[in-house]
Amino acid sequence: MNVLKPSLLKKAIGGLAIAASLGGTAHAGEVEVLHWWTSGGEARAVGMLKELMEKEGHSWKDFAVAGGAGDSAMTVLKSRAVSGNPPTAAQINGPEIQEWGELGLLGQLDSVAEQGNWDVLLPGVLSNMMKYDGHYVAVPVNVHRVNWLWANPKVLKEAGVEMPTTWEEMFAAGKKIREAGYTPLAHGGQPWQDATVFETVVLGTGGPEFYRKALVELDPEALKSDTMIQSLETFKRLRELMDDGMSGRDWNMATSMVINGDAAMQLMGDWAKGEFAAADMTAGEDYLCAPAPGTENAFVFNTDSFAMFRVSDEDARAAQQDLARLILEPEFQEAFNKVKGSIPARPDVDMSEFDKCGQQSMEDFKESRQEDTLLPSMAHRMALKSDVQGAIFDVITNYFNSSDMTAEQAAERLVNTANAAM
Amino acid sequence: MSTTSLARGVGTNAARRTPAARLQDWLPRLVVAPSFAVSLFFVYGFMIWTFILSLTNSRMLPQYDFVGFAQYARLMVNERWWVASTNLVIFGGLFVVICLVIGAGLAILLDQRIRQEGVLRTVYLYPMALSLIVTGVVWKWLLNPSLGIESMVRGWGFESFQFDWLVDSDMAIYTLVLAAVWQASGFVMALFLAGLRGIDDNILKAAQLDGASLPRVYWRVVMPCLRPVVFSAVMILSHIAIKSFDLVMALTGGGPGYATDLPATFMYAHAFTRAQIGLGSASAMLMLGAVLAILVPYLFSELRGRKHG
Amino acid sequence: MDNVIRRRTLGARLARWAVYAVLVGMALFYLLPLVVMLLTSVKPLEEIRAGSLLALPQAPTLAPWVKAWSEACTGMRCEGVGGYFWNSFRIVIPAVAISTFLGALNGYALTKWRFRGADLIFALMLFGCFIPFQVVLLPMARTLGWLGLSNSTAGLVLVHVVFGIAFTTLFFRNFYVAIPNELVSAAKLDGAGFFRIFWRILLPVSAPIFVVSVIWQFTQIWNDFLFGVAFSAFETQPVTVALNNMVNTSTGVKEYNVDMAAAMIAALPTLVVYVLAGKYFVRGLTAGSVKG
Repeated sequence: MNVLKPSLLKKAIGGLAIAASLGGTAHAGEVEVLHWWTSGGEARAVGMLKELMEKEGHSWKDFAVAGGAGDSAMTVLKSRAVSGNPPTAAQINGPEIQEWGELGLLGQLDSVAEQGNWDVLLPGVLSNMMKYDGHYVAVPVNVHRVNWLWANPKVLKEAGVEMPTTWEEMFAAGKKIREAGYTPLAHGGQPWQDATVFETVVLGTGGPEFYRKALVELDPEALKSDTMIQSLETFKRLRELMDDGMSGRDWNMATSMVINGDAAMQLMGDWAKGEFAAADMTAGEDYLCAPAPGTENAFVFNTDSFAMFRVSDEDARAAQQDLARLILEPEFQEAFNKVKGSIPARPDVDMSEFDKCGQQSMEDFKESRQEDTLLPSMAHRMALKSDVQGAIFDVITNYFNSSDMTAEQAAERLVNTANAAM
Repeated sequence: MSTTSLARGVGTNAARRTPAARLQDWLPRLVVAPSFAVSLFFVYGFMIWTFILSLTNSRMLPQYDFVGFAQYARLMVNERWWVASTNLVIFGGLFVVICLVIGAGLAILLDQRIRQEGVLRTVYLYPMALSLIVTGVVWKWLLNPSLGIESMVRGWGFESFQFDWLVDSDMAIYTLVLAAVWQASGFVMALFLAGLRGIDDNILKAAQLDGASLPRVYWRVVMPCLRPVVFSAVMILSHIAIKSFDLVMALTGGGPGYATDLPATFMYAHAFTRAQIGLGSASAMLMLGAVLAILVPYLFSELRGRKHG
Repeated sequence: MDNVIRRRTLGARLARWAVYAVLVGMALFYLLPLVVMLLTSVKPLEEIRAGSLLALPQAPTLAPWVKAWSEACTGMRCEGVGGYFWNSFRIVIPAVAISTFLGALNGYALTKWRFRGADLIFALMLFGCFIPFQVVLLPMARTLGWLGLSNSTAGLVLVHVVFGIAFTTLFFRNFYVAIPNELVSAAKLDGAGFFRIFWRILLPVSAPIFVVSVIWQFTQIWNDFLFGVAFSAFETQPVTVALNNMVNTSTGVKEYNVDMAAAMIAALPTLVVYVLAGKYFVRGLTAGSVKG
């Protein structure tokens, strides 16, 4: 059954395509989109894009691969690229776009970009990320902020604590929450989640300049500084606030601990908001958001983007261009990002319909652009190439889970990793 | 290379025969040829390709900028690789030994004219039927301290009961052993049972008449007869251990940290998620080396045994 | 050996009890995951949260099974694992048939028509059993691309046949080695040809090893995840991939009962094969492959 449907669909669409080309209007093509947006909020968000594409007469072939925060999807993508049969578009983020560009596998989006005036529209950090060799090869969908703290107000109230604004407050609050019988901090023991918490702690402890030096430029001096050691110690201490069952837990399972009132808080990017929204909760009432302790003046971003592969089929190329155009249209940006929890990639979208957390995110985004505290997320492959980032992950997650590694030893290893990468 | 030797062998004794007879001579080779060609290409060709890649600095996709043995040198100073290799020794060693002990033990017990033997045998054997993707789902659940066995036993009133290996980076590797033994020991039991059924009853009777006790009979008389079985079992188990991948992915994902990384997962992580195909290929070559070290003695015995028979 | 324990003294009876205790105890260990899976798959979510792992369901329900089969969502697709279940059969049946057939012919040719280099060829082919599959992923992808088979069921069948014939050849070779050559020699003298001898002499006695080979291959291919995820297309993913997508996806609450039901569905065919044919599997092993 499942196998019949798409082929029938294909025939129908083939018919449509002929009709359309006879009419001399738009070409109807098929886009196969590889992504790893499978959880509730994510799936709803990507569903909107599908609808829009279908409204334009194209067909959408969804290739969602769950697991490992995109690791499995990347394996599929590589195996398809090697076999010479890449999907039309794939979710590829950050510096990896450059790596795919270097391989000569990506197609150009320059004409769409010119029509849409992307150069003016997009913040410089984003537009640079989307270009390879001066040409647009990818299109940004959103901007996520990573350094958020989420909380369940009911649990906070019961424990008699406020939203913490420093790490010390966080630990003090954690103690009370624990006494009240809740898990203070929901977490999932996966390397990328460990790294997300780590980079937030580094930012909160050392500030934006230190973050940039340590985690973006991998400056050995910064990596072995006292500030780094202090960050590592704070990071490890956060374990006290977590529960035993975190091993291998998915991030959205940790979020649902906060939603269900089993846990008080979670340090996670604003994709968590998609889960809160899917549970029909209202920002500011049913759940709280605040910049993670000590990070209110900075914005660690993680932007999702779709890279377009070079395709020979004329209709598919047309569909690709339409997909890229649709993604950046205000209508989609607004609808999608409200569901996904992020803010639009183009800052000119009307934010009045967004919730409080979203509005704050947009303000902070604009402000941090001016103050130059807009930072790429290390944990989400925005800052480093995947091999270096992987090696850093190894150190962080090993330190976090090891009973005998000291902060000094971990810092030493970070320095070694950085030196090996240079 | 072997095709030429084949051709020569045929040329000499088939020259003076009818075409039909010549075809008959050729047929066995023709039948084997496609499979053999496929093996040459898909196993050896791919190995050579992997070796070539291990000499390059390929990152995201294969590229051919040669860097000599630099990737191997990098591997040798990579701490995670050593963790993975040490883990394989611990995991593989325990897995093989425990499976053998349990497998042999169960087979001997089952061989004592047990009622419902068929049912028990099926129960022991069924884990082999399941995909680790399937069993990983349930093992992960059972081993999770706040969901599984620990919370169940605590629920029975033993508040201080602890079983949190899965989240303890020093113990997590043993959860892999546990799940792997569960999976494969029944199969080893089947091998031993098959071996036991093949032993002539008269040997045992003779030993018993001599007054030897039952455990002594098994240790001194039966076990030596089962040596080929032990050998086959060790081979099968060690190759399962070296290839273990789904198990780690489904159960621990290599964590906590990378405490349960194995060479197979190391290779996968570097080649596919870290854009270090060169390094991943180097680790693959070392893995293949380990496989060879196990396989060569096996082949020797296989082929020698064949000539005897 | 059946006569070993005969005298029914008190000690012997105690020993007998101990034997049963150990056997049943181990059986419980082996059954534990399956029982938990089965129990969980028929419990409503509240019961799972409130009760113990092994608690019997208070209000057993088949809803999780229905959901896992046809409704559960992965991303935007909410069609359960049912469709993928049949995809798996489309891959497994041809792959098992072809690899077993080739293995039988190879085993026969390598043992009963011993030509020069036969042992070497066998040794070289055997290495295919041991190659870690992650290693061949990229070269395989490229090869499938060349052959125009990438992301198709035919491509997956090819992959499984290629890496399956090493095992099937091993099984059949070891089985046929143990069959006396005299019959074959006599038939050759009578002028019987290659295929005729195979058909009339070898095939009729090969049932046990066919069972072993089919069970082994069926299990291996059905349970494959790595090749399935890397080489299948959107419409042709096998059930293990769908299961993995499903258990790694959650919307709000983690539906353990649906996950477990899906896992049971994915496991059922191999389970049925083992339960029904397990006896023949052990018999087949006795008949050949472990005598080595």
